[in-house]
Amino acid sequence: MRTSHVFSFLIALAGVAFVPAAGAALKVLACEPEWGALVQELAGDRASVYVATTAMQDPHRIQAKPSLIASARSADLVVCTGAELEIGWLPVLLRQSGNAAVQAGQPGNFEAAAYVNKLEVPTRLDRADGDVHAAGNPHIQTDPRNFVPVADALSARLAAVDSANAAFYQSRHADFAKRWAAAIERWQTQAAPLRGAPVVVQHKAFPYLQQWLGLTEIATLEPKPGVEPSTGSLTEVLGQLQQKPAKMILRAAYNDGRSSEWLAERTKLPIVVLPFTVGGSEKARDLFSLFDDTVARLLAAQK
Amino acid sequence: MSYRFARAWLLAALALGLDAARAQQAADTTPPPSSGAPAGGTSSASSFNPALSLILSGTYANLSRDPDNYRINGFVASGDIGPGPRGFSLGESELGFAANIDPYFYGAANISITPDNEADVEEAFVQTTSLGRGVTVKFGRFFSGIGYLNEQHAHTWDFVDSPLAYQAFLGTQLNDDGIQVRWLAPTRLFLEFGGEVGRGRNFPGSDRNKNGIGAGSIFAHAGGDWGDSSSWRAGLSYLQTSPQDRTDDTTNLAGDAVTNAFSGKSRLWVADFVWKWAPNGNPSRQNFKLQTEYFSRRESGTLTYDTTGAAATDSYSSRQSGGYVQAVYQFAPRWRTGVRYDRLDSGSVDLASNAAFLAQVNARPSRVTWMADYNSSEFSRIRLQLASDRAREGKADNQVFVQYQMSLGAHGAHNF
Repeated sequence: MRTSHVFSFLIALAGVAFVPAAGAALKVLACEPEWGALVQELAGDRASVYVATTAMQDPHRIQAKPSLIASARSADLVVCTGAELEIGWLPVLLRQSGNAAVQAGQPGNFEAAAYVNKLEVPTRLDRADGDVHAAGNPHIQTDPRNFVPVADALSARLAAVDSANAAFYQSRHADFAKRWAAAIERWQTQAAPLRGAPVVVQHKAFPYLQQWLGLTEIATLEPKPGVEPSTGSLTEVLGQLQQKPAKMILRAAYNDGRSSEWLAERTKLPIVVLPFTVGGSEKARDLFSLFDDTVARLLAAQK
Repeated sequence: MSYRFARAWLLAALALGLDAARAQQAADTTPPPSSGAPAGGTSSASSFNPALSLILSGTYANLSRDPDNYRINGFVASGDIGPGPRGFSLGESELGFAANIDPYFYGAANISITPDNEADVEEAFVQTTSLGRGVTVKFGRFFSGIGYLNEQHAHTWDFVDSPLAYQAFLGTQLNDDGIQVRWLAPTRLFLEFGGEVGRGRNFPGSDRNKNGIGAGSIFAHAGGDWGDSSSWRAGLSYLQTSPQDRTDDTTNLAGDAVTNAFSGKSRLWVADFVWKWAPNGNPSRQNFKLQTEYFSRRESGTLTYDTTGAAATDSYSSRQSGGYVQAVYQFAPRWRTGVRYDRLDSGSVDLASNAAFLAQVNARPSRVTWMADYNSSEFSRIRLQLASDRAREGKADNQVFVQYQMSLGAHGAHNF
């Protein structure tokens, strides 16, 4: 091929690649399923959402794999938890995406945790304390009240990134906010018997849930955040529980079941596998059914 | 690079302070909301320090053959290769700095400090973040994008040493001073194309006093997922360098030590493939990684035999190849084990009239390696590695390594 042919081929290729299809939906890359579901609530069919992780994956431990880089490349908006939850993979994803719109600090980069009061903000940063997050505990999606400020901000962000549909996003948001407030009322009424229930958790994944429903965390299976429990550390927890009995053991769907089963066998405590996010159980298909199922599972174990 | 240089870097690192994690946080989060989250960040000038990371590593090696005469049979010397010294030795300590420079550029430097108190600039580059349309430009000194393992820092390798093919064809790892352009296609399938031009100062090139370009490469990568549990990446790369008087210390037919020099063109093709698997894509408990690369090199030009003596120059051409395949399996939360097989083919070498002085070697160097490592957290690793290395002529070199690798400071995000 002569050089001029190569150039015209490249220009033609570029033309095909860069012309956006008319009326194309806003492309959103959601780091975790809960934010994908929230975008769906707020944007409906005006957004096409690619969710980077599933409920069976540990969001701390994802790799910047090719499929994710490819989806970051084309995204108009990236919606993530932030608070360092994705620190091991998102920075690489964004840097390799060649997508200016979604870099940190751009309107196309949305971090939900920035709009929520975070719990367990460490007063000292030392890796001797395990995989601690300087910004506080990042698992904010286990308290439905946290979705209120996040939805406010995300709705405004959707409108900013895709101003043509601003009015549409606004009306979807108003509708969602109303239904969400009613649902929170309902869940709180249902979950009233759980107040004060002592629980054991596998990973420090539920401080927001505990704060919301008034559960009392009396032990953690992981000796330090992110460190897998060993028989020694489990025996210690067992001793602790003989002093101070608990009602149930909580773990997220993605956690390995072995250590909680080990403890359950010896304490006869029920294990509650919480969906943790959308898709984490058969019933948790969207944000509403996520909390329906979470509350139902906790109540079932309480009996 | 001198000891003074190393010291200057260390002092600079200390002066910057060690609250790099906080700096990273400040750089990564959007401004806190008016609702007043209790922000953990400080507002001092040091908040803008780059993220700082330090890798500490060291090895104990027991080698049945003398590492000082290490050589890959049938291949020209490619630099500082081999299993390293016997006994206890400090590995390369690596100091890394990285931060966004402004809304348009990201910058990073990796300084490796060798056990003999020398500092080596492995990488020092600037990368664009704002060009958009899938285009990223990198310039400075950086690990070339060719192959799979080439871009990965030593502390992320799954074995103590690099594959024989990397040692024979790239002198362990290719970093060059130059400029790289990458374009990511706007497709569902990961499709990336890149090209680099550079100084060509390292093997297979040689440093030259020349305007213009000493090395050029192009590469293409494709990748994606197979279901939730596995993902893959495949690549094809081509590197062309034009070494001048690239020296090779060897022995002639009479058994005397001589130095030869090659000038001409060196063309290298690399094909790579990686497949990673974890149940439901959750690698915490169990995961598996299969990785393989194949190299093929053609060199043509002139060879000067015995530069300080006979200095006989005639044409030279060679066609050589090799590769490796390795598999690493994490079978329990903290434990991994892996095997690797290396094999090279010295192929055909045409020495023309210099065949009167130099042997025509027909060799198939190979190596079998096994390793197991224990990771008490994602920041620390202790590894045992056994290898039977048949890179040299004669008996196998039986190697035992114990290695530690520790990572301090900022939580570096790794490539796939």
